Amino acid sequence: MTAVPALAVDDLSVEFRTRSGTVKVLEKVGFEVDKGETIALVGESGSGKSVTAFAVMGILDPAGRVTAGRAMFGGSDLLAMSERDLAEQRGRELSMIFQNPRTALNPIRRVGQQIADVLVRHGGATSTEAPRAAVEMLKKVRIPDPERRAEAYPFELSGGMCQRIMIAIALSCRPALLIADEPTTGLDVTTQAVIMDLIGELAHESGMATIFITHDLALAAEYCDRIVVMHAGHIVEAAPGRELFSQPRHPYSAKLLAATPGETASLAELASIPGGLPDLRRSDLPACRYSDRCERRLDDCTRPLPRRALGERHMVACWNPL
Amino acid sequence: MTEALLDIAELVKRFPVGNKRLLHAVDEVTLTVGRGETVGLVGESGCGKSTLVRLINRLLDPTSGSIRLARTELADMKARDFARNPNRKRIQMVFQDAGDSLNPRYTAADAIADPLRRLRRMSGAALRERVDRLADMTGLPRDLLTRFPHQLSGGQKARVGIARAIAVEPELLILDEPTAALDVSVQVVILQLLQQLKQELGMSYLFVSHDLNVVRLLCDRVLVMYLGKIVEEGPAAEIFADPRHPYTRALISAIPQADPDKRIGRLRLGGEPRSPIDPDPTVCRFYGRCPKGEPRCSSEMPVLRTAGPARQVACHFA
Ligand SMILES: Nc1ncnc2c1ncn2[C@@H]1O[C@H](COP(=O)(O)OP(=O)(O)OP(=O)(O)O)[C@@H](O)[C@H]1O
Ligand SMILES: Nc1ncnc2c1ncn2[C@@H]1O[C@H](COP(=O)(O)OP(=O)(O)O)[C@@H](O)[C@H]1O
Ligand code: SF4
Ligand code: SF4
Ligand SMILES: [Mg+2]
Ligand SMILES: [Mg+2]
Repeated sequence: MTAVPALAVDDLSVEFRTRSGTVKVLEKVGFEVDKGETIALVGESGSGKSVTAFAVMGILDPAGRVTAGRAMFGGSDLLAMSERDLAEQRGRELSMIFQNPRTALNPIRRVGQQIADVLVRHGGATSTEAPRAAVEMLKKVRIPDPERRAEAYPFELSGGMCQRIMIAIALSCRPALLIADEPTTGLDVTTQAVIMDLIGELAHESGMATIFITHDLALAAEYCDRIVVMHAGHIVEAAPGRELFSQPRHPYSAKLLAATPGETASLAELASIPGGLPDLRRSDLPACRYSDRCERRLDDCTRPLPRRALGERHMVACWNPL
Repeated sequence: MTEALLDIAELVKRFPVGNKRLLHAVDEVTLTVGRGETVGLVGESGCGKSTLVRLINRLLDPTSGSIRLARTELADMKARDFARNPNRKRIQMVFQDAGDSLNPRYTAADAIADPLRRLRRMSGAALRERVDRLADMTGLPRDLLTRFPHQLSGGQKARVGIARAIAVEPELLILDEPTAALDVSVQVVILQLLQQLKQELGMSYLFVSHDLNVVRLLCDRVLVMYLGKIVEEGPAAEIFADPRHPYTRALISAIPQADPDKRIGRLRLGGEPRSPIDPDPTVCRFYGRCPKGEPRCSSEMPVLRTAGPARQVACHFA
């Protein structure tokens, strides 16, 4: 297939200025998402998943700066767009569900109104029909008693309900690209299944492309077409979920899987990943940012990382893959 | 069984929601947590887990019922007086939304030091040393201690929350989705740490989580809640191997599986959840979504009854 991907991120690098120096948070990050495709972005916390999402959305913290790269979306580069054009895109074409629902919602506006606002601004609804449509959205994300809940303020709702409100807001403008940053964290697995099915339906019906950020590898494998593994601001492996589970090739991916509680019989069987993320302020960061933690390191590993294709949809950035 | 550390009976919390209507967030909940025991609390989002936890931690006043911590009644005390009560440091809490519960003007070090200053009157070098040690214990790199919450990633903030809660070595640690924001590697460290602390200090845990694999591995006993009520209770291994209540069955069958073969025979719940506002006392709370649901379920509320040694279930047909 030669179809143009919905989003193509290429060579993306981001730095943050902090009191103690410049942090090289992302380096040469590249991935694609096709129309109707759902990819998962996984990796330890601090590996740069959210920063990748923020950079693409153009909502980086003021201390952050994109130092290189492109994010091609519908023929234009999101990273080069004016703030004004980007704001326009964000409402209509690009939608994001944030990691922290409670702080992302307006605390002094009723949740039904918040959804209705989006429907009027970006969903083509009139202000008379929007409140009804907002209740419909609440129903879709399985909020019990939606008519009454529409009248609630965020503090009156449980964490999981705020999460579902955020999802309703993000989906109500039927975006072409949805970035969901741990959208089902804080939801029970039955509700999670409903939300994932809903995202899947939209992807299927309207060709919505989805970047799904999560640290639940089983969830990623069950609902996403491909899994992209990040470590310390690098993409280290990308593969279809089943393939990654049955045959991880990057040493880090293998360790992530060994830390995942699935069928394991006891806590003792799980192993955490030795060491931590390298200090990204270092000026002498190694080419492979995993090398200090890696058991498979070779002398070659100091050379710039390769991007090895292992079949059409499997990529690993490592000199000595499993 | 060992003597219960926490003993809760008929606990009720109703929130007024206008027009004299009441939202039944916690409905006649009875439970115990033994010394050194780890009890898991699972259930649908919004079913009342956090409300229950906030009642126990006395951040909320119950509508009725009793909460006893080693025979001391806590339910009569006003929530705002509890902060100064000597029992305060015996119960500590790790919150859902680790980020939200941290003061944005406190550095990570200040946040961890705060309970030690207030409840242990520690200061100076001893305090700094203890903070460093707690950071090490929870896998928080020391160079992050000078950062403010907005400069930390979600998982890093969660570690601060846990370090802060175990700082004063409480008897009961209530954890409301403590590992939700943590990646699997840190989660392993934290879970193994919790298990180790439990052995060393004999701490008891009430562990609220949506991650059923984690609950299975960490908890001795599991409570399943649905719309304000406990619907099933029993040893963790038994609940996972042989869930009896239809809701528990749906929950366990929805655990994400990487292997498509393991997804066969999945239960997907249809129907509308019932409203928690003035619910009909004669209808099972799960009626309408329950794949079984029979006429009796809409005319008689099932009560918790014994279903084997150490097991209880609230369903007419389980
Ligand atoms: N201050 C309040 N006013 C009115 N209703 C409230 C208030 N706080 C909580 N509720 C309601 O009480 C019920 C239980 O909420 P709670 O936060 O305990 O849920 P939870 O089980 O912890 O959910 P989650 O898994 O999503 O965190 C919900 O219906 C919620 O909307
Ligand atoms: N405003 C900021 N200032 C300094 N460092 C930051 C800032 N925001 C994020 N970082 C750092 O960038 C890295 C990646 O963070 P993030 O993308 O949030 O990780 P995650 O993969 O958990 O989403 C972390 O080391 C984090 O501490
Ligand atoms: S490049 Fe070398 S050091 Fe890096 S992960 Fe691969 S084997 Fe390990
Ligand atoms: S009592 Fe009836 S409706 Fe309730 S859980 Fe049992 S079978 Fe289902
Ligand atoms: Mg993040
Ligand atoms: Mg909660």
